[in-house]
Amino acid sequence: MKFTLDWLHDHLETDATLDIICDTLNRIGLEVEEVIDPASKLAGFEVAEIVSTEQHPDADRLKICTVKSGQGEQKLVCGAPNARAGLKGILANEGAVIPANGMVLGKAKIRGVESRGMMCSLAELELSEDHDGIIELSENAVIGTPAAEALGNNGFAIDPVIEIAITPNRPDCLGVRGIARDLAAAGLGTLKSDTVQAASSDFESDIKIKVATPDCPVFAGRVIRGLKNGASPDWLSARLQAIGQRRINTLVDITNYISFDRGRPLHVYDVSRLSGTVTARAGQAGEKFMALDEESYEIDENDCVIADDKSVLGFGGVKGGLESGANEATTEVLVESAWFEPIAIANTGRRHGIDSDARYRFERGVDPQSVLPGLDQAVQMITQLCGGEVSSLIQAGDVPDNQQEIAFDPHRVKSLTGIDLTEDNIEDILLRLGFEVTRQKEKWQVKAPTWRPDVHGSADLVEEVTRIYGLDNVPSVPLPSDADITQAIQTQEQTRIALARRIMAGSGLTEAVTWSFIAEAVALKFGGHPALKLANPISSELSNMRPSLLPGLLQAAGRNVARGLSDFGLFEVGQVFTDAIPGGQETVVAALRYGHVKPRDWSGPAEPLNLFKIKADALTLLTAYGVQTESLQVLRDTPDWYHPGQSGVICRDPRTPLARFGALHPALLKDFDLDGPVMVCEIFPMAIPLPKKKPSRSKPVLSLSPYQAVRRDFAFEVAADLPADKLMKAARGADKKLISNVALFDAFTGSAEGAGALGEGMKSLAIEVTLSPMEATLTDAEIEAAADKIIQAVEKATGGKLRR
Amino acid sequence: MADPATDPASLENEFLAAIENASTLAELEEVRLAALGKKGRVSELLKSLGGMTAEERQVQGPLINGLKLSLSQALDNRKSSLETEALNARLAGETEDVTLPVQPTGLSEGRLHPVSQVTEEIVTIFADMGFSVAEGPDVETDFHNFTALNIPESHPARQMHDTFYFEENEDGERLLLRTHTSPVQIRTMEAGDPPFRFIAPGRTYRCDSDQTHTPMFHQVEGLVIDKDTHLGHLKWVLETFLSTFFEVDGVVLRLRPSYFPFTEPSMEVDVQCARAGNEIRIGEGSDWMEILGCGMVHPNVLTNVGIDPVVYQGFAFGMGIDRLAMLKYGMPDLRAFFDADLRWLRHYGFSALNMPALQRGLSVDEGV
Repeated sequence: MKFTLDWLHDHLETDATLDIICDTLNRIGLEVEEVIDPASKLAGFEVAEIVSTEQHPDADRLKICTVKSGQGEQKLVCGAPNARAGLKGILANEGAVIPANGMVLGKAKIRGVESRGMMCSLAELELSEDHDGIIELSENAVIGTPAAEALGNNGFAIDPVIEIAITPNRPDCLGVRGIARDLAAAGLGTLKSDTVQAASSDFESDIKIKVATPDCPVFAGRVIRGLKNGASPDWLSARLQAIGQRRINTLVDITNYISFDRGRPLHVYDVSRLSGTVTARAGQAGEKFMALDEESYEIDENDCVIADDKSVLGFGGVKGGLESGANEATTEVLVESAWFEPIAIANTGRRHGIDSDARYRFERGVDPQSVLPGLDQAVQMITQLCGGEVSSLIQAGDVPDNQQEIAFDPHRVKSLTGIDLTEDNIEDILLRLGFEVTRQKEKWQVKAPTWRPDVHGSADLVEEVTRIYGLDNVPSVPLPSDADITQAIQTQEQTRIALARRIMAGSGLTEAVTWSFIAEAVALKFGGHPALKLANPISSELSNMRPSLLPGLLQAAGRNVARGLSDFGLFEVGQVFTDAIPGGQETVVAALRYGHVKPRDWSGPAEPLNLFKIKADALTLLTAYGVQTESLQVLRDTPDWYHPGQSGVICRDPRTPLARFGALHPALLKDFDLDGPVMVCEIFPMAIPLPKKKPSRSKPVLSLSPYQAVRRDFAFEVAADLPADKLMKAARGADKKLISNVALFDAFTGSAEGAGALGEGMKSLAIEVTLSPMEATLTDAEIEAAADKIIQAVEKATGGKLRR
Repeated sequence: MADPATDPASLENEFLAAIENASTLAELEEVRLAALGKKGRVSELLKSLGGMTAEERQVQGPLINGLKLSLSQALDNRKSSLETEALNARLAGETEDVTLPVQPTGLSEGRLHPVSQVTEEIVTIFADMGFSVAEGPDVETDFHNFTALNIPESHPARQMHDTFYFEENEDGERLLLRTHTSPVQIRTMEAGDPPFRFIAPGRTYRCDSDQTHTPMFHQVEGLVIDKDTHLGHLKWVLETFLSTFFEVDGVVLRLRPSYFPFTEPSMEVDVQCARAGNEIRIGEGSDWMEILGCGMVHPNVLTNVGIDPVVYQGFAFGMGIDRLAMLKYGMPDLRAFFDADLRWLRHYGFSALNMPALQRGLSVDEGV
């Protein structure tokens, strides 16, 4: 919402400066977005008259003008085609700064002739784009008058323009008078009394108006005939221009003006284009009309239209039609002042994509009581500016009664805001805002003004009171500490998620935050739910909810490789979407490593990445969650995006994967602009059962052996495809009490020759077993017996043989 | 004339010279064996004491024992100096170029994203004020995102939200991506009973993308519902939070009336700040910067979740986590948050052990 200071002064009697007005607007909730004050740049400019001109001796197009200003006469060189004796314009004195280019005007010699000062064009003063010569003021302009004042008197838009952001609850401030009312209530002056008078009628019109839809409960109009439409007077043009409105013709300009002056949209119809009764009714499928913007709109049953007997004239309260609008030739009009249901207006506007000033106001709620005063104001302005005689009132339907009556306990002000105000203060503020108050002890009856459709209950009244009194007065009161802070503030799941970030970063990975949505094709490749597709994505690359964090990380890796980075690790902790319902999501952890574990350096060549690095990343996090890694299985059935031979699923129960890890399937590499290998893992923190609540934090008793531990090595020849895990588990299980650790220290295939030759399709796995006796130092015989048990257990479980 | 081969004084001279001349530990050992070994000459001499008369022994005993003691000491001294020489020689051969570079460890390489760090900072501060952390889904119903929050269909405020929608499902329902974290208020209140005191950080989505907007961003919501909670408490909570978060004493706030359908009264909060180039200093200067929106929870919202607004009341606030991060840590561009550029992440990210904590002023500056 834009308005000029001068316009505000039409409604508000105040001495307040522009700065104070702006501060107050901010303070009462009318946020100032921008203030443009053209006059602030016009210091050093004044009215001057060209007394005489002579031709420049050395330039055909230049004239030497003798100019008379408040400081006497001076000569300047001017190239404007309209420079002539008798012209009164705006002189820039020496030292003035030209607004358009920031140039400081000095004494100059132009082609050998001294020139002092400059006669200005509108463009040079940034008042319009107009470069056609210097400004011409009216003859009665007084020499020496400051430029701002003289330009204002001549209808140029030089008044400060204030733009405020109006929140959707304040339709009353979509008119200058409403803003003035709020400022007056805030103590910034007095609201002037209204100058609009009830219209009197000169004749009876035979035009009929009908309302035939609940979306338009009232439609009032008057016909004005014998008028002369044309260009608007300077003051009206200047105001509309200042707030960025196009000037059309006087009739249309008047309706626009009242829309901004009172927040009251109106419409004028050219009576010569109307046939029969003008009706507000529901649209019919198949109907069409050509709007003022020269767009054709297809109407349906949900639209509220204004139509005559022949055709649709426009969308009621949203947009008028081209055919029936007023133009320069119009001599007789029907002025429409109606009220429309906000929801109907919003729906029609949204459906047809029309953002008009009328829609903006009606959908937020125009004061229904403004139907007749708005019509009166239009009639008054039209007859003043265009002449003509006025018909009696034609009205269909009744003005809806929207008066809200609210039972109000004034103590609510203190209980909701902490501000102490007397009841008289509270009443005074409400009265200044136009509320009617009936005081009865603790039960006040408050009637809201009809221009405040947003006020429904006590809380709204409290807001009005505190807004005007000033939110600066809200005291700062410590929140009582009644919560039981000995309890955990975070849930265990939240703690797991937070821990994941610290653990992964501690492993040398860097956290990325990538979009929750990815391209459809990628989403489907990673098992995305087809219904999790946005109807209005911002681009096709961001259309589907991600089923996995990996695509985002892979794309990020591709971008980083393109930037020239190598050997890095990324991770993300975030939601993946599994089902098209609220809550069909899970928080997971994913990591990616690319390049080398270690780049080449003085100690040796680069160490290429292998999948055991990423397996370690996954296990590190699981260990941090307290998962006993000995009890885990590693299975092979990973999803399609993994390399089938170089990936695994870590689980306790095959139905519930705790993590997956492995090389990305090579076929996917090029989708992400990567040349492999890329190692990835996914960890599912929520799949790990939460530990049982224990009565204390005490840890289990630690029993350490006082006796010497014994280490023995064993090498087995087993089938090449035997999982090493199986052998190690068998060894560990040979004597659970005695064996404290089994470590795999050698694994190889091949070498079919020599003493240690392996059979075809076989491999060697060598383990070091630690025996930790609890009761006594082991004897040789006991060690032998344990070794035998281990060999038997391993051979039985694996079908392999001890290598001797 | 005494025999020099058995005369203690001659033997002493001879062996002291030999000890002095031994240049390795092995040579020294030979000398020791020759003198004090089982068959060593000094040992032989000691044995000879047994065959002497008492008078002879009285003379020779102290001489021979003195000899043994003297040689033992000389041997020990020489041994120790030879060992020192040997160690020095070994050390000289073991010199490494200590300027060779090392590979960084994971701890020095890994980084947390600023959004994660700042979210933890926020949680840490509010936890201290007794707020728990609530969560809710990203995919929401129209009811939870709008209607329950007093934003009915066709309400002009819906247009301010630029909502991402899914296609209608079989039930004729159109799910959407939450446009704010406020639906978490609704879900948490629906699932429990007052009083409530929680924050809800999370991802939010709006169909908007330009210099300062990304289609996904992070918000944190706060809600307190109790019997006597009022605007004054809200002001204190916000002052306490912002001072602690920005780590400055006494942040000055300006409350401006505003409008949100789910609060009444509603307000926007500005903080006092000074701008110097790219840097924004909170708590000083003469500028104001809008930082969050808040208000008293609208009675309709309480009614919508089955709470009696006559008995219970309270406040809600919401702010942008990304924006708080930018203001505190000086990132100029929101879009870079979601680009995963490692150079950016290494520069603006946080190390794994840099955990927010209140006992030392929330965050640790680089270099402690």
